[in-house]
Amino acid sequence: MDAIILQILNGLDKGSAYALIALGLTLIFGTLGVVNFAHGALFMIGAFCAVTLSKLLTLSHTVIDETRTDFLGNPLKVEVPYVYDVFGQATGDAIIDWAVPLSILFAIPVMILIGVVMERGLIKHFYKRPHADQILVTFGLAIVLQEIIKYYYGANPIPTPAPAAFVGSFDFGALIGFEPGQIIYPYWRLVYFAFAAVIIAAVFAFLQFTTFGMVVRAGMADRETVGLLGINIDKRFTIMFGLAAAVAGLAGVMYTPINSPNYHMGMDFLVLSFVVVVVGGMGSLPGAVLAGFLLGILESFASMREVIAIIPGINQVIIYLVAIIILLTRPRGLMGRKGVMED
Amino acid sequence: MSKGNLTRRGVLKTGAVAGAGLVLPTYLRAQESGFTNAPTGSTVTLGFNVPQSGPYADEGADQLRAYELAVEHLNGGGDGGMMNTFSSKALQGNGILGKKVEYVTGDTQTKSDAARASAKSMIEKDGAIMITGGSSSGVAVAVQALCQEAGVIFMAGLTHSNDTTGKDKRANGFRHFFNSYMSGAALAPVLAANYGTDRKAYHLTADYNWGYTTEEAVRTSTEAMGWETVGTVLTPLTQTDFSSYITPVLQSDADVLVLNHYGGNMVNSLTNAVQFGLRDRVVNGKNFEIVVPLYSRLMAKGAGANVKGIFGSTNWHWSLQDDGSKAFVQSFGTKYGFPPSQAAHTVYCQMMLYADAVERAGSFAPCAVAEALEGYQFDGLGNGPTLYRAEDHQCFKDVLVVRGKENPSSEFDLLEIVEVTPVDQVTYAPDHPQFAGGALGTCNNGA
Repeated sequence: MDAIILQILNGLDKGSAYALIALGLTLIFGTLGVVNFAHGALFMIGAFCAVTLSKLLTLSHTVIDETRTDFLGNPLKVEVPYVYDVFGQATGDAIIDWAVPLSILFAIPVMILIGVVMERGLIKHFYKRPHADQILVTFGLAIVLQEIIKYYYGANPIPTPAPAAFVGSFDFGALIGFEPGQIIYPYWRLVYFAFAAVIIAAVFAFLQFTTFGMVVRAGMADRETVGLLGINIDKRFTIMFGLAAAVAGLAGVMYTPINSPNYHMGMDFLVLSFVVVVVGGMGSLPGAVLAGFLLGILESFASMREVIAIIPGINQVIIYLVAIIILLTRPRGLMGRKGVMED
Repeated sequence: MSKGNLTRRGVLKTGAVAGAGLVLPTYLRAQESGFTNAPTGSTVTLGFNVPQSGPYADEGADQLRAYELAVEHLNGGGDGGMMNTFSSKALQGNGILGKKVEYVTGDTQTKSDAARASAKSMIEKDGAIMITGGSSSGVAVAVQALCQEAGVIFMAGLTHSNDTTGKDKRANGFRHFFNSYMSGAALAPVLAANYGTDRKAYHLTADYNWGYTTEEAVRTSTEAMGWETVGTVLTPLTQTDFSSYITPVLQSDADVLVLNHYGGNMVNSLTNAVQFGLRDRVVNGKNFEIVVPLYSRLMAKGAGANVKGIFGSTNWHWSLQDDGSKAFVQSFGTKYGFPPSQAAHTVYCQMMLYADAVERAGSFAPCAVAEALEGYQFDGLGNGPTLYRAEDHQCFKDVLVVRGKENPSSEFDLLEIVEVTPVDQVTYAPDHPQFAGGALGTCNNGA
């Protein structure tokens, strides 16, 4: 029982990342009709917003320490961050420690800007082109973006830890009557799950309860009619692209303490996120979220030793197997709308 | 009218002798140069096949730095580095056999097919007479087989699987780097001394060749010390989040987790294991411990503070205080501003060993070079007295057991040497079961 609870918890945080990326993918597909293979790269760029802010906060000047030597036997050059000079060491350390949460503020404008530039500068030229062209151009863009990141940050993962207050794990089992130490869950993963829930709720609320959201939903349903009413739907869709980029970026920012970011992390999530979108139903926002969590949890269960002992290799194929079964039984996915990608 | 003694038979005889006399030098020259890409001018071209893209690109970049430094030293530039401490004095700083060393580079992308293609291109188009480098056992095995067919020497880079000099060994291939067996043999006594002999280990193993041989080596060595292996799970190479593999460890009665992972896998699995509080657990009345059999400083950097206190093994570390290591660190550090990695060290050594073997053999012919390397004993390259064993082309030398440093003084000072395991302790018979199933075959000179 405790193993099952643990795997559900594991699935929730993994599912949170899938759901956030898939949500953005679906938003873009639902509004602009573009299959955006660069969406994983936006997740990766979000993570590197956190890396960048960490680096900015630790920008340093060197002070020579004559009492110590470096690896060549020369006097040691000690790096002193500028934030120490401005705020003092204690406050400076606290600011550096909270770099990842602070990166949220940094990432939102950066990601919206990147999203808008990407849409206006490149993707809008492919609206009327076949989906294959869109896939090729966005996949190419993803590779270019990851190579740019690799050029500046290298290929190795860069550790970007959570604030000290969130380091460590929480004994969930003890709370619900199990033996202590049996159901352990890291604090930051709980934070990630809560954060994802807030972002997903915010996106749904924005689309559901604002006039802007109403127009966007109307545009998703019938773009032509909304245009005939004199509404500049293109402008709103561009903003939605920026919003989707910000959602992916924030998912990336908050993911950095879970796994050290590297230039390739977007690609690692991209394929799975597409499967999530297809399983959830192309163009369906609730479907994307539901499928994200569902596949995250299934993936966790399939990784259990007992399951692998019964069906060897199931951990590597479970998501694709489920996708095949769902698409065979429900060709439009779990919550797919009629008519999407069926013309 | 006089009749000369010019007969048809005489003309034929004279012609045959004269012809043979004229042809013989050409024939002998052909024998001298009868190997792939025999250098004819004043230069010799070597091929550096390293990952310049993909997940190990930083390791590849460090290898390239070391190669450039070695070329500089071989051609008489710089401070000479480990040429000054190398026990052999055949190298004079005038290139190799008087020919200036030039090089071409290829990108392995850490993919076997790409690595073979780049090696093939360097051999066929650029005339490389030797191929060296790489950061993966899969790549090493693939490129080694190609070099065997092409008739060039392959001096392996960072490859740790037993198979490179085990079942996949080749007569034209040579490995300076240590292997999985050696890691297990070096680590087990240190683990027993620090954690006791009554331990239950759970292995997470990367699902590819290197993972299998490392798990087998560590299991065999630790079980011989009295440890029990309570679980082994293969993890996909593409896995990024290991939480679902870590949590079953909590449910087992294991008190040690062995992460047979390298590169990004190692960074992520170790980070996840620490996040899940494994290091704070007490199981069976003992503190829970994590072991990483193969450490790399570049990878340890990616895992940040999570490596603190965790044991592993490494081929070489810049903090070694022997003359060879100090000379190399001085030379590399002065040129590039930071200390070299073990990947840089092993490829630099391979360059020196190859060049030295050519000098001693007096020929670039692969079979002559191989003969000079086989059974060669040397010192002064940073690992103490070392043997290039003839039977499998594996270097036998001391192995370092290291631990993540609690209070690093810089971003390079992440590992501390716990023990230098003597070579005798990591030496095995050429027909050891973990290396069974292959044969060197015969050396190939190629064209």
